[in-house]
Amino acid sequence: MNRREFLKNTAKAVAGVTVPLAAIEILSPARVQALKADSSVRWAFLVDTYKCVGCGLCVKACKNENEIPYEANVTRTWVERYVLTKDGKLYADSPKGARDGFTSAKIDLGMGKFQDIRKEDIKKAFFVPKLCNQCENPPCVQVCPVGATYQAPDGVVLVDRTWCIGCGYCIMGCPYGVRFFHPKYHTAEKCNFCYHRINKGLKTACVQACPFGARQIGNIKDPNDPVAKIITTERVGILKSEFGTKPQVFYIGLDEEVR
Amino acid sequence: MKNHVFRPLFAVIGLVVIVLVIRVFYVPKDFGVHERGYMYGWYREGNVSEWKTSVKVKYQGKEYCSGCHADKVQTIDKTPHAIIQCENCHGPANDAIADHPSEQRPKLTIDRTRAQCLRCHLKLVYPTSGRANIRGIDPEKHNPDIECVMCHNPHKPGLEGLK
Ligand code: SF4
Ligand code: SF4
Repeated sequence: MNRREFLKNTAKAVAGVTVPLAAIEILSPARVQALKADSSVRWAFLVDTYKCVGCGLCVKACKNENEIPYEANVTRTWVERYVLTKDGKLYADSPKGARDGFTSAKIDLGMGKFQDIRKEDIKKAFFVPKLCNQCENPPCVQVCPVGATYQAPDGVVLVDRTWCIGCGYCIMGCPYGVRFFHPKYHTAEKCNFCYHRINKGLKTACVQACPFGARQIGNIKDPNDPVAKIITTERVGILKSEFGTKPQVFYIGLDEEVR
Repeated sequence: MKNHVFRPLFAVIGLVVIVLVIRVFYVPKDFGVHERGYMYGWYREGNVSEWKTSVKVKYQGKEYCSGCHADKVQTIDKTPHAIIQCENCHGPANDAIADHPSEQRPKLTIDRTRAQCLRCHLKLVYPTSGRANIRGIDPEKHNPDIECVMCHNPHKPGLEGLK
């Protein structure tokens, strides 16, 4: 190593080390107390897979509302189709995230191949809408080196577009594969429960667009909230509970085949 | 010790000082550790309100539409299509309506395609899904080449609404 290189590397290392300096910021007792004051809102989502018909109107509305280019093969929310046959085979697909709905009975196997399934052979078949789980312990937040992905006091995991450096750690860290790079902003992107809508008292675009009431959003800290009542008193499931991320998207009618 | 040993050391110390000074100006004041501690709550506070306020709401909902089109909404409310939001076919209202004075309002783009109807009305016999209960067709057999709206009125989807 020559001297020039040595100085260059040192400069980089120093810059890198000073980024997390905020972590060792010393908090005054008053501030710690203020931070403990819990928010009275915790947004949670409820999906009823029995009600979902796979029309994909939710995905279409989401793309338009959140300005995810319609043609780009990325979506904040998507709908999966599961078909189990009587001989024990499982087929699943989600063509283009179901932005145009399921308008063919054939299963899309990718690479231009399709699978026809006779209706006599079907044992179970249903649709599962998916989106960011706004985990209580979000690994995507944990791995973000610059604090661009973070959890707001009401539990929603947000991405600071001006602060994201596009390293993609969060995309790797999320066990649910809900993250992608925004084709226009080139920053990490994902569902944020339509944060601009729910804070104005509106429903998320997908909840509003769903004609069948398969999607609902509510505040689990409010005992009178209809969604909170269902989540806390009925049998609901979460995805990949073994990861311990504590998803806040709950499902009615989950099945072991759904991963 | 010789001077040449110290020189790089001073350079490094200088660098550290420079980076720290830049950091003071570059990192926003509201960036730091919040409510949930370093692991989950390390962020720029101002971004929360940026998401709340600076993103535009596009879909307005049926109530908004009925403000001017009460007749249309009342008609459709008596049909099985009452559950569908106007904007699911007519497109988000915000850009076209809310932002323009009445003289220069662009028209909404209406989705009249077969594919739009098939989202629900392609017959799929899927047990354990609401899809099984919707009246559907086999698109290859049922008038394959024309758009559904040529015969069916989406605002009066019953057969009495046939055009
Ligand atoms: S689902 Fe993925 S992106 Fe969403 S909060 Fe959990 S880990 Fe993060
Ligand atoms: S709009 Fe509702 S019914 Fe249609 S795919 Fe989405 S969740 Fe399912």
